[in-house]
Amino acid sequence: MISEQARARIDEAISKLPARRGALLPALHIVQEELGHISPETARELGELFEIHPVEVMEVVSFYNMFYAEPQSRHHVYVCTNLPCSLRGARVLYEQLEAHLEVDENGNTADGRIHLGHEECLGACAYAPMMRVDDRYCEDLDLDKAKRALEELE
Amino acid sequence: MLKVPYVTGYLTERFADDDFATLEGYERAGGYRAARKALTEMAPADVIELVKGSGLQGRGGAGFSAGLKWSFMPTDTDQPKYLVCNADESEPGSFKDRILLERGAHQMLEGILIAAWATGAEKTFIYIRGEYAHPARELQRCVDEAYAKRYLGENVMGTGFRHDVVVTRGAGAYICGEETGLLESLEGKKGQPRKKPPFPAQYGAFGMPTTVNNVETFSHVPHIVERGADWFRGIGTEKSPGNTVFGVSGHVERPGLYELPLGTRLDEIIFEHAGGVPNGRKVKGVIPGGMSMPILPAGQLDVPMANEALRERKTMLGTGGIMVMDDTTCMVRVACVITYFFRDESCGQCTQCREGTGWLNKIVNRIERGAGEPEDLAILVDIAGKMEGQTICAFADAAAWPVQGLMRHFRADFEAHIEHKKCPFSESFAL
Ligand SMILES: Cc1cc2nc3c(=O)[nH]c(=O)nc-3n(C[C@H](O)[C@H](O)[C@H](O)COP(=O)(O)O)c2cc1C
Ligand code: SF4
Ligand code: FES
Repeated sequence: MISEQARARIDEAISKLPARRGALLPALHIVQEELGHISPETARELGELFEIHPVEVMEVVSFYNMFYAEPQSRHHVYVCTNLPCSLRGARVLYEQLEAHLEVDENGNTADGRIHLGHEECLGACAYAPMMRVDDRYCEDLDLDKAKRALEELE
Repeated sequence: MLKVPYVTGYLTERFADDDFATLEGYERAGGYRAARKALTEMAPADVIELVKGSGLQGRGGAGFSAGLKWSFMPTDTDQPKYLVCNADESEPGSFKDRILLERGAHQMLEGILIAAWATGAEKTFIYIRGEYAHPARELQRCVDEAYAKRYLGENVMGTGFRHDVVVTRGAGAYICGEETGLLESLEGKKGQPRKKPPFPAQYGAFGMPTTVNNVETFSHVPHIVERGADWFRGIGTEKSPGNTVFGVSGHVERPGLYELPLGTRLDEIIFEHAGGVPNGRKVKGVIPGGMSMPILPAGQLDVPMANEALRERKTMLGTGGIMVMDDTTCMVRVACVITYFFRDESCGQCTQCREGTGWLNKIVNRIERGAGEPEDLAILVDIAGKMEGQTICAFADAAAWPVQGLMRHFRADFEAHIEHKKCPFSESFAL
């Protein structure tokens, strides 16, 4: 269920835009922050709110990398493997982290704590290699520094 | 926090100062004076003429005249008019907008306010890429400060002019940087680019007349209003005036941001400013303007970083994101990384793009594995050629150009893979 607080934030987003539908991306961000992913149930609620079919909500969810249709690990760790980062060892770091965290073939740790993935350029090319940990950037990494950043995660 | 540029100029010289990121600090540095001047002393048409006369080119990649674009906005309409600030910065190798947002949001907002006055826009949508969570928070804080001080909202600076700014976040799709993909996304849809015409000045955000400009483009505007078109034209080259913020990454001693005049030579940026290539290595190739722009070989770095000069070498300034590769680098691996990105990010509407990006990636991967055939090279060139100029948006061209550049200057690397049936560059960066 979309909470009342989330609903209030969505209404505020709607009020700033010329058309209701424009607040769909903000609404997805708000709801996902609370619930972790966009379930069929949430898509139905959002569909009602935005007067569109739930399938249309899910189409938008699947178009954007940052929206998830499935339950997620508690933390997302994305190593940038685009060209400038790769030139400075990002792919080696990625493999080391894969081994260190012992992630499964989908990139998840067994305890549901971390999902490890790779990502395209995050606008930190000069500070490579780098990774995004949830909404925080960790830059100028080596393996030790990356491990320490991950240890802090609950 | 992002490091401030190693070389600064009028855009970034105060970025190291925390005070500058607050409204009061920005005002102490002379901030919002230009907006006051525009709104109280200049007619909208005069502002457009000034910016046209300054020769300011868009800094989002295409380099179109900002003043000319503003002049396309209809003046005889009852429809609401909008501005969009493109803060989607996703072109690999580019990270200048991030610092302009984190450390210079008020400068950009002042530019937006001036552009709004010039075009008669009632609202600006700032579309910031979803991953830029920290810059988005900084930006929102500055927007709130500007509202509190009546620099935004009703009756701006007591002039009766009203302007609202709404910050919206993207959600991880490169194509939402393309201006009409952005508009679709802003409307709550998949970010699939629109067919043009109609152009945004006729049919833009929510169907209304709209002008889209890049973060950096807006950031130059207060300086032009404050110091005049002649001052601006005195910096850079005749055809490409002003400074820009170059991002340098890859194999250099000092990767980072450098604010320098357009027309600064590429070799000067790499060797004098960024300290050259580490470990006694030499440059092999340089991508001069973000990943969509064709690569230049080591022998062609004596080029001024301005479109008129770069075009002669079959490449462009793009976003000014300079990626340096040393002589250990395997250019087939570079092709693998680049084509993977474009295959992954194609929005899928056009066959040439959807299929072409996949084929390019498949063929270069095959060559890298040592399973390429001699005719693969002709096929690559043929596919890339057929992707150009055929599609709804310029993404397909942007995917074709880097492959064409690599084939133009580093064909020998591809041939060596095919001949030896393996990658001969054992010291290259790992894939
Ligand atoms: C595939 C593609 C991606 C783009 N990404 C961006 C971007 O992230 N940021 C940006 O400002 N412009 C981007 N552009 C250019 C925009 O379409 C548009 O030209 C620009 O925002 C206009 O602003 P300017 O005239 O101030 O440069 C992109 C273009 C294409 C074709
Ligand atoms: S060129 Fe590619 S990205 Fe652009 S609209 Fe066509 S399929 Fe989409
Ligand atoms: S390539 Fe990794 S942040 Fe740009």
